[in-house]
Amino acid sequence: MQNSIRSKTFFNEVGNTSKFIGNFFARFLQPPYEIQEIFKQCYIIGYKSLPLVGLTGFIMGLVLTMQLRPFMIDYGVESQLPAIVGIAIIREIGPVITALIFAGKIGSSIGAELGSMKVTEQIDAMEVSGTNPFKYLVISRVLATTLMLPILIILSDAISLYGSYLGVNIKGSISFNFFWTQIFESLEFRDVIPAYIKTYFFGFAVGIIGCYKGYNSNKGTEGVGSSANAAVVVSSVMIFILDLLAVQISDLLGFN
Amino acid sequence: MNEIENKNIVILEISNLKKSFGEINVLDGFNLTLHKGENIVVLGKSGSGKSVLIKCLVGLLKPDSGKIKIFNKDINNQSAIELDKIRSKIGFLFQSNALYDSMTVKENLEFPLRRHWIKINQLEIDKMILQALYDVGLTHTLNMMPIELSGGMRKRIAIARTLILKPEIILYDEPTTGLDPITGKEIIKLMIEIKNKYNTGSLIISHDMNCVKLASDKVAVLIDGKCFAFGNYQELKLNTNPLVKQFFE
Repeated sequence: MQNSIRSKTFFNEVGNTSKFIGNFFARFLQPPYEIQEIFKQCYIIGYKSLPLVGLTGFIMGLVLTMQLRPFMIDYGVESQLPAIVGIAIIREIGPVITALIFAGKIGSSIGAELGSMKVTEQIDAMEVSGTNPFKYLVISRVLATTLMLPILIILSDAISLYGSYLGVNIKGSISFNFFWTQIFESLEFRDVIPAYIKTYFFGFAVGIIGCYKGYNSNKGTEGVGSSANAAVVVSSVMIFILDLLAVQISDLLGFN
Repeated sequence: MNEIENKNIVILEISNLKKSFGEINVLDGFNLTLHKGENIVVLGKSGSGKSVLIKCLVGLLKPDSGKIKIFNKDINNQSAIELDKIRSKIGFLFQSNALYDSMTVKENLEFPLRRHWIKINQLEIDKMILQALYDVGLTHTLNMMPIELSGGMRKRIAIARTLILKPEIILYDEPTTGLDPITGKEIIKLMIEIKNKYNTGSLIISHDMNCVKLASDKVAVLIDGKCFAFGNYQELKLNTNPLVKQFFE
């Protein structure tokens, strides 16, 4: 009995989320365009996330290099360390870890902000004052996350590789030019393009799930907390599912 | 415009309005007519459907059946653009004030102006904001955030936001709830001043008898989803029906 209720709730949630996504695509090309709000959200979501994404990226590159180095020495391929780290960061670790950090920071923030606006009737007030709250709040935020996450991931990857360069030089010595030459020589079109394209989907997932959870928040302040929490959990899981799909699709298209 | 002329102008007409949630009939054939320059208080117990009623009036909730005519236009048959035009003539004061907490007081007041009157310049916007703040006696709060204001001040700012578009109808949802009696009286005084100054018609949802007594021209008692009794405060106070009497004891 309980399992049937749970599965009913799950399918209801899937149905409502799909409807919400459908609404997004039906409305985002319709005027009026909330250009000012989109730029504002890009600034908040993109620029203000940069310190956190940069710091985690730097540590990620540094730690990955320091962890890999002893094994590379054991196998006598220490000279390949920049290439291995470069491919790992650009193809997989950079996009996924940055997207997860982004989901934690931005997904929760959108879920809590919209949830709080919902329970304090601010969304109703917006509607009454002649503003379409879906366009103003949801479309602007989802577009901002979709456009900003790929940029953040590129920056994070670059900072990670600088961290990796530092990691290599802690116990060894390698020139800056040689490090970057090794990375760029080992990277191919098929490493960069699929990894870059999937980041748009990660950004969209974080934005749309955060907005859906916040926009449909209820049960007062408790609901706001639940929305923020659910936004992070669901978007994190979605990032892994999308990553899995991206790998499969890249494989089918001959990118792997 | 004198009072007699006002009485002839119907600005809001609700006929046989029905709204249910599941098996519960919250509104079950509600009727009411509001004239220009008139304050009607809808009185009812908590959970009797008062807030549902005014949310139906601005299209936040869709009624199951019945007609709502605002300025002689049935709001249920309007396109989204037409509905927004009608909404621009209606001020809505939410129970929770619903001030945008990420915006300053100025931005809160500017928001509806920018939405409806896109072509006006910044100078005119600033002038209108100051006038609305002057009307509620809070010009000094212009650059403050809602969180920095007291409950009474927030209510006044919310009233200023409803006034900014110069509405012809104002819907007040429990305007004195959560306020101390003195601040509550100040808000009631302000509501009466607004009606006298701008000749607005207001529908006030309340269960505060002080508000009913001071702010109403007419009172509609909402019981079982219907307008159970209608009249002025004194008439209803003398009503012998126990369901009505319980409010005035």
